[in-house]
Amino acid sequence: MTVSLIFVPLILVIMLNIPRLSGKTAYYTALAFFVWQFFSVFFPFLGSQQIADLIGKFFTLNVYADGISKIMIISAAIVGFVSLITSKVFSKYDSRLFSLSNLMLLAAAGINGLVFAKDIFTMYVFIEVIAAASYILISMDKKEGALEGGFKYLIISSIATVMMLFSIALFFLVAGSTGLTEISAVLNDFSGNTIVLAAIMLFITALLIKGGLIPFHAWLSGAYAEAPAGVSVFLGGIVTKTTGIFVLIRFLYSVAGFSGNIKAVLLIVGALSIVIGALIAVTQKDFKRVLAYSSISQVGYIVLALGAGTAFGIAAALFHVFNHAIFKSLLFINSASVEKQTGRLDVDSFGGLGYKMPVTSGTTAIAFLSAAGIPPFSGFWSKLLIVLALWSANCKGFAVLAVLASLFTMAYFLTLQKKVFFGELNPKLEGINEAPLSLTLSAMVLCALTIGVGLFFPYVIKILIFPAVGII
Amino acid sequence: MDLMYIHILLLGLIISFSVIAAVNTRIIKAAILLAFISLLTTLVLFLLKMPLAAIFELSVCAGLITVIFISVISLTNPLTREERAEEKTKMFKRVVFLPVIVLVCGAAFYMLEKSVDFIPVVSDAVSVSAETGMWNTRQIDLAGQIIIILTGVFGVIALFKDNKDDGGGK
Repeated sequence: MTVSLIFVPLILVIMLNIPRLSGKTAYYTALAFFVWQFFSVFFPFLGSQQIADLIGKFFTLNVYADGISKIMIISAAIVGFVSLITSKVFSKYDSRLFSLSNLMLLAAAGINGLVFAKDIFTMYVFIEVIAAASYILISMDKKEGALEGGFKYLIISSIATVMMLFSIALFFLVAGSTGLTEISAVLNDFSGNTIVLAAIMLFITALLIKGGLIPFHAWLSGAYAEAPAGVSVFLGGIVTKTTGIFVLIRFLYSVAGFSGNIKAVLLIVGALSIVIGALIAVTQKDFKRVLAYSSISQVGYIVLALGAGTAFGIAAALFHVFNHAIFKSLLFINSASVEKQTGRLDVDSFGGLGYKMPVTSGTTAIAFLSAAGIPPFSGFWSKLLIVLALWSANCKGFAVLAVLASLFTMAYFLTLQKKVFFGELNPKLEGINEAPLSLTLSAMVLCALTIGVGLFFPYVIKILIFPAVGII
Repeated sequence: MDLMYIHILLLGLIISFSVIAAVNTRIIKAAILLAFISLLTTLVLFLLKMPLAAIFELSVCAGLITVIFISVISLTNPLTREERAEEKTKMFKRVVFLPVIVLVCGAAFYMLEKSVDFIPVVSDAVSVSAETGMWNTRQIDLAGQIIIILTGVFGVIALFKDNKDDGGGK
């Protein structure tokens, strides 16, 4: 499965360009790839295993798949699929759809390469693939705000890149290799060495920048809010989760481990991100900016769970990564629906949109409730696991903070829901209709996933989450 | 000891050229400065007894990439004389901290060099040769680099190709 999910999108991009096919063909090809990627996780005999065997005859590729990578692959397939559908609605021209579909395929190859990597330098290469694709996707509309958002992301992300590369050089200096296993072995022997500590510190800081956590969040709101609608879904749903959070989980779980200092850093950064992200979200007037700052807050929960430093904490973090990918994609799709139908995103200019856009309103409410941790939706269970993991790791203060911060989440999401969808209908919005079928259908599928994962959470945890971190 | 001074000199030159390249108003000059930086890095790599890496740095970064930079720059419109004069005054303000940066980096380098046993010695069981670490497990990285190049190509097409039907602007 591993190799084929990296090479197939690459081969598809070459086939789409030599000779150059139409934007529609590229779009349907990319959609088909994401569907195939999703099913490849459960049914590797659907072609992915055979292709991997064929490629393996010619190349020796240092990759592997474990439970954590499978969760990321599933999330990437779902988010990639819905973000492409959203992008299509906003693509008036064939050339734009063509470039967008190709870039999404390349970004998918980057994500898949990253999650299957077993070498820290390979991770770096694929993080750069995703970052390069993201800069371009954000700036694609060539609008002033989007170009600024893309440029900010490029500059701040480059700082993280330099830090990451420097720390990789230090790891190589110490371990004589960049393999995760080799570095892990050396870190056990030299855990107190200054160079090793500097390398760990630089690497984790770089990942916190890539993940957009506080106080490294300067790039995030601009990039999320100004990017084209479909790209926002992709960024908010999966990009920061893989380039920042997944690599952090992989690095801590397989390489560095959880020392007291690392746990303290994660707990503090996580707690700050939860609270400050939520507080800034309350003050925002732009629909997408509220979602952007809410992402910081939700990613804070994931990092806080990692701060517990236990397998249970990692499982909770992974579960919230998956749930957040689903409900945040849903919220960005619904913001795209509102933007498509009304042409604006200023929350104060709406009111009563629920009468005109009932599906968008209903699915948004469910996503909000899930994000705020209300039962029985998926977000409730992952937040419950986070709180339990913190409590059992004796981080009781942080567990209480996680519960209390959910009230903030509830506050800004209820305010948003009320201002946009509830209340009296703004007379200017009289002629508005429900969003196009492709958007509402995508929203309903994600909404069904949010409810379904919530209702069948014991199975999801038993089959997908706990085995990924070795909890039986 | 002499070698250490050469390292510090090379480091100072690399930092100076980097800052000047970053603030330069003429991108052609910046590209040439970047080629010089690659040349200096090549020297550093030779001094560190990594000839293979040095040759790659020289051929790819100083050679190939400079050619690509200059080819692309030849397609762009240069700044007007007035714009350049205005930018030049700003440029001097930007390099004012350069000597301080060079001094701080030089001092840090000097102090690091003093404490030689700073770097842990890896046990034989764990250590693998640099060649094995750097080259024998890198085929997947090659795929990643091909994907980055393709992404860059699409970036140039998507962002810089003048498609009349694409709209753009504010």
